[in-house]
Amino acid sequence: MSTRLGTGGRLIDRATSVGFEFNGRKLKGFKGDTLASALLGADQMLVGRSFKYHRPRGIVAAGPEEPNALMNLGKDGHFEPNARATTTEVFDGLTATSQNHWPSLEMDVGVVNNYAARFMPAGFYYKTFIHPRAAWKHLFEPFIRKAAGLGKAPKGRDANTYEHLYVFADVLIVGGGVAGLQAALTAGRSGKKVLLLEQTAHWGGRVPVDGAMIDGMDADAWINATVQALENMENVTLRTRCMGAGVYDHGYALGYERLGDHLAPTTLPRHRLWRIRAKQIITATGALERPLSFAGNDIPGVMLAASLRDYVVNYGVSAGDRTVVVTNNDDAYRTALALKKAGLEVPVILDARPQGGGALMEDCRAIGIRVETGKGISSVKGGKRVESVSICAQAGEGAVLEEITCDAVAMSGGWSPVVHLWSHCGGKLIWDAAQAHFRPDHDRPPLGADGAGFVSVVGAANGQMSTGGCLNDAHQQAQAVIKTVGGKASREVAAKAGAEPMAPMAAVWKMPQGAGYKLRSKTWLDYQNDVKVSDVQLAAQEGFESVEHTKRYTTLGMATDQGKLSNINGLAILADSLNDEIPKVGTTTFRPPYHPISMGSIAGEASRELFQPVDKTPLHGWGEENGAEWEPVGHWRRAYCYKRPGESTEDAVNREVKAVRESLGLLDASTLGKIIVKGPDAGRFLDMMYTNMMSNLKPGKCRYGLMCSENGFLSDDGVVARLDDDTWLCHTTTGGASRIHAHMEEWLQTEWWDWKVYTANVTEQYAQIAVVGPNARKVLEKLGGMDVSKEALGFMEWAEGQIGGFDARVFRISFSGELSYEIAVPASQGRAFWDALWEAGQELNVTAYGTECLHILRAEKGFIMIGDETDGTVIPQDLGLHWALSKKKDDYLGKRAQQRDHMMDPKRWKLVGLESVDGSVIPDGAYAVTEGTNENGQRETQGRVTSTYYSANLERGIAMGLVLNGPDRMGEVISFPKLDGSDVKAKIVDPVFYDREGEKQNV
Amino acid sequence: MLVLTCPCCGVEADETELAAGGQAHIKRETVGASDDAFEEYMFMRENPKGVHFERWRHANGCGKWFHAARCTMTLEVFGTYTAQTYEPPADIRAAITAKRPGWSWGRFS
Repeated sequence: MSTRLGTGGRLIDRATSVGFEFNGRKLKGFKGDTLASALLGADQMLVGRSFKYHRPRGIVAAGPEEPNALMNLGKDGHFEPNARATTTEVFDGLTATSQNHWPSLEMDVGVVNNYAARFMPAGFYYKTFIHPRAAWKHLFEPFIRKAAGLGKAPKGRDANTYEHLYVFADVLIVGGGVAGLQAALTAGRSGKKVLLLEQTAHWGGRVPVDGAMIDGMDADAWINATVQALENMENVTLRTRCMGAGVYDHGYALGYERLGDHLAPTTLPRHRLWRIRAKQIITATGALERPLSFAGNDIPGVMLAASLRDYVVNYGVSAGDRTVVVTNNDDAYRTALALKKAGLEVPVILDARPQGGGALMEDCRAIGIRVETGKGISSVKGGKRVESVSICAQAGEGAVLEEITCDAVAMSGGWSPVVHLWSHCGGKLIWDAAQAHFRPDHDRPPLGADGAGFVSVVGAANGQMSTGGCLNDAHQQAQAVIKTVGGKASREVAAKAGAEPMAPMAAVWKMPQGAGYKLRSKTWLDYQNDVKVSDVQLAAQEGFESVEHTKRYTTLGMATDQGKLSNINGLAILADSLNDEIPKVGTTTFRPPYHPISMGSIAGEASRELFQPVDKTPLHGWGEENGAEWEPVGHWRRAYCYKRPGESTEDAVNREVKAVRESLGLLDASTLGKIIVKGPDAGRFLDMMYTNMMSNLKPGKCRYGLMCSENGFLSDDGVVARLDDDTWLCHTTTGGASRIHAHMEEWLQTEWWDWKVYTANVTEQYAQIAVVGPNARKVLEKLGGMDVSKEALGFMEWAEGQIGGFDARVFRISFSGELSYEIAVPASQGRAFWDALWEAGQELNVTAYGTECLHILRAEKGFIMIGDETDGTVIPQDLGLHWALSKKKDDYLGKRAQQRDHMMDPKRWKLVGLESVDGSVIPDGAYAVTEGTNENGQRETQGRVTSTYYSANLERGIAMGLVLNGPDRMGEVISFPKLDGSDVKAKIVDPVFYDREGEKQNV
Repeated sequence: MLVLTCPCCGVEADETELAAGGQAHIKRETVGASDDAFEEYMFMRENPKGVHFERWRHANGCGKWFHAARCTMTLEVFGTYTAQTYEPPADIRAAITAKRPGWSWGRFS
């Protein structure tokens, strides 16, 4: 059993006990524990079930590479799935539950998959797609969907807050082990701005556990002194619990700081995302130990040798009383020594190397530990816990030489440098055959904006496997980096560590070398995704020879640990199966983040009301007070209608539609885009932007204009007013203001840059109110001021003056067919002006109306709406707007495009009105069908509905649509199938349904 | 995430401040152009692995358009320059030649 030892534990405070809950059980740990060490200390080795076969799984590692110990943490708004127990610090009140089992961790029904494993090999999932066809839909999909995923998705909203921080540094150093500290010390002495990040809560990495002496001090003392020295440097910033998550183009990097994960929930931000721009980046990210591939290497109690040592030294926790050590390198001997020192048994060290190890092996033998060289594990016995191992010759096929009782296994397959950050942005790797690992190829670094490398890798991450080597490498490279950023390197030298003589390691990819299928099918590569040696071999056999294909076929390295443990072993097996060299097979692509980061940290402050700030008009408050039902239009909120108490949305719209036609309506039109175009060449410029002529518009007059893209398609419309000789005011659609302003600027800056034109988007400077209806003039006259008579201000004219004491610009334009004035006042006066109109209009049954009413009124008049009648494939000619296409102009944007044969095709669908025969409202977006079917067996179509409404004024459904030869087919009835299978028949009519002669607007 | 220096306001701008505008140095074709010439102008674009000339706008900054010469493979930036030109200026071309001898792009080299 795993247990807390009576003494030891350099990171825990035995005086402070911490209570937490695991699967409903109350457990105790110490301050400084990780959840993993606390669980092991409480004899909880079984921590989860595997993804596919639901095999019992225990803790394997002590850091972010842990594949098994994934937990659901917290409750309600603080719930988080898939958190690693090894990177979670325990606090009083923490709650955790294990994942992927039912009904309980100890008794899991899903384990039947384990017994059916033979029928679920690699690619099982993909094969279910193929045959029999019906099996996927009815058998596999429901089953796989239910089984998919490890943790549960949170149900409620995240109660935590998050933040972003933007920082600039000359040198960013990722990793606070001894190499990172030495690099920071060397770089910091130059006075350049240095940022040092460490993902754990502690400085120094694993050197204190391994017990080196540095500059004559023990490692802990040197680390403390160095951190102290760095803290005294004003140009150096240090952060623990802050992981370097990713390196991106041109020196951009992300740091992921966990401010609140080690505390009970607070109101402080939980995570902070550091958005860093660094001139140079040094990664000192260390190395990860690899498992060995022997049968039963996933049974709880089989752990990485160095991690097992970490638990003993850092937390005073033992994984078992009798631990068998199995290795292909010298480092694992340190675990045996640490275990002995803690008073625990090591029945045997199995060293796969025929010659065994060096000085460390001799140390072990000297204290009486049995060492067997050239031996390995044939298989591990046990279910939810290791019970024994059988020993075999590494060179053979696994014949059992001896059975040894034990309750833990410490394995070491060598070390893989953490090259992730180097590789994120394109740094290349080379294969180091002596160490059997990939390390950075310094001749092919990730390149910055200047074409030179901007990332350096130091220490174990660079393949340095001794303390002294790490310190020296970090110092040398930091000196070079300082020169690159324009600093002066100091004369100080690297800290010195004692010699650590090591015998060469030997690559061992399968244990034993000649393991048969039975052993290989119980030998795990990827613990989290349940990928075995036999799966990778099957993939190679079935032709998935590229490492990227093998990855996807077997799911090797696709779990949340992204193959930190498994990838090198997996591609070594692949290379072996393909009879190829490992470097030729290569690695899969390393992508950020290094370790999963929270979605909340990515969003930062941009959530809830800050996600996308809402634009509000000066009249928004009146709408809030008067029943406005809001709809988003661009970033604006516009009133869809104004509901009176007890009224339905439909009732409100119908009331508004009738009231405007009968007496007087007010519309908040402030959202319409308003762009000033000014200058000696403004007229010439607008002639290019609009399809019709704007240069000959007289001051004081208005004209409706169309804008097309250079590709010919209709993009925006609006009324243009000429303010004076060289100034025009262009109205755009509500959503179009920024887009059209940018469109104008693009052409001005990049095509006609010699034209003297200035543009300004003044949309938000004005409140604009449409005063609409037969009594519109009456209400304005009541307020008094400027002359708004037919004679003084005719249709499509504008004038400036005062109304009711407000400075106003009045446009006599109409989007409803009624007598209508659109009146712009300074934004700050908008609400007061609206209130004055409202007050004056009371005796005229003044009615505020919203966007739905606006749409119905314009549809009754057959006016098009950008976004309804247009969808990016419609040209003005389709909509019968030939009158707005100037024939006098040589050129305008879209003119040449509209001359292409497809644009002039008589078969293009054209705009018509549609009148349902039964008076009903035709469904929005419905298609009109015709005889025959297309190559997909679908009914041929001959048109579609673009706008459709119930008109309370006409007491029937009205619609507009685009129909094949439509304008030539007036009176013909066509058929629109509905979703329920029935049809609605509609007569093709003129799109103007109301006041065809336009008399109402001209009074 | 790229950094480009806006030649108009001089700011070293993060990509989040910028809007990409596709290929630079396209000559506008209009009324009177053949179908082929118009198609070339409207739709055909260079897609090089290496030296490329692009349009960018300092959209969340000074609002000005500019051109950038950069390598699409290494993301190296050879320089940025005004959009008010018909061809890359001599110093930009020289900077590219220094790094990529023998380069060519469209009608430029």
